[in-house]
Amino acid sequence: MIAAVQTAPEVFEQTFLLVRAKILEVAATLDRLDRAEAAESVRSDPRFGQIRQGLEILLSDGFHRAAQIQEIFSDQYDPTWMKKYLSTGERPALSPSVPH
Amino acid sequence: MYYIDPHIHMVSRVTDDYERIARMGCVAVSEPAFWAGFDRGSVDGFRDYFRQLTEFEPKRAGWSGIQHYTWLCINAKEAENVELSREVIKMIPEFISKPGVLGIGEIGLNKNTKNESIIFQEHVQLAMQLDELILIHTPHLQDKLKGTRMIIDMLMSDRRVQPERVLIDHVEEHTVGLAKEEGFWCAMTLYPITKCTPSRAADIIEAYGDDRIMVNSAGDWGPSNPIAVPDFIQELRKRGHPESKIKKIVYDNPLEFFRQCRRFEFTPPDTLADNAALVVSQKV
Ligand SMILES: [Zn+2]
Repeated sequence: MIAAVQTAPEVFEQTFLLVRAKILEVAATLDRLDRAEAAESVRSDPRFGQIRQGLEILLSDGFHRAAQIQEIFSDQYDPTWMKKYLSTGERPALSPSVPH
Repeated sequence: MYYIDPHIHMVSRVTDDYERIARMGCVAVSEPAFWAGFDRGSVDGFRDYFRQLTEFEPKRAGWSGIQHYTWLCINAKEAENVELSREVIKMIPEFISKPGVLGIGEIGLNKNTKNESIIFQEHVQLAMQLDELILIHTPHLQDKLKGTRMIIDMLMSDRRVQPERVLIDHVEEHTVGLAKEEGFWCAMTLYPITKCTPSRAADIIEAYGDDRIMVNSAGDWGPSNPIAVPDFIQELRKRGHPESKIKKIVYDNPLEFFRQCRRFEFTPPDTLADNAALVVSQKV
């Protein structure tokens, strides 16, 4: 791992206004949703739930918040997928069209 | 600083973009075969595309002093059509030995379907038979994590695959660890909104180190920025990272990966400048 070259106060100084602006953008967008007609239907959209979960992660500690938020917005992985998709379950059968 | 853009779709860009990236310090590009925004109807459509990638684009890049490399395949989106995909795979050997071809790519998954997986494995099969490098496209957004795991499952189940000869592209915070842990090369794509920003890419470098990783612009027909790599360079500079570290990511690393291709020939920019000066002096 390459440590961040800058100290935390330096990073904070450079990014404070940027973070402030991004939070405001999210806040204004959520306000716009609530102001619009049929706001309740959006609240039951699973993607709205993902956004709520993402916001909760922002309030947690640690340095894997970005990865955790990415995972919230990700489809479920099925470890047995190969057996279902690929007849051999492991290696593909040689394609007749590929020169051997 | 000289840099290499290891993943940029120049067929979708105008000649002015070659000129702009050259002025920003780009000395070489590698262009994977991809989806052109519409599904092609026949294998001949791909034959023309491969000719464009191997014959015309190197020439056009050369007008701006840029060295052009390419990768051949049928992309994951069109791979849903298994019959057409097999015809294209069968045609690849006609083009694979042309100068500038680095291997098979960008193969991968798009919607993580059965057909895409079948064609992915047939491409890997071809790469193993021809002893070629592989460049992999991972899906976007909600499909990325699942698709990256599926791709790694398929690669790891084939004992012939050497991870150091495979580049997994478009990694982000939740997939970079998966690729690096297994010994694959990886790349981050700087793409507005749907992929990585220069600052997030810099964060990933700080968290995961600068070995076996590179950055690219993807520069394609979608909303993208062909000079995104210089933005990343600037971000690392602003954070105080040394020039040698930055150069490793944007120049040395792509070269180290590409040099594994037996056909790879590269003229370092300093030599190019000397040669150009020579040509000028001879003309005078
Ligand atoms: Zn691409």
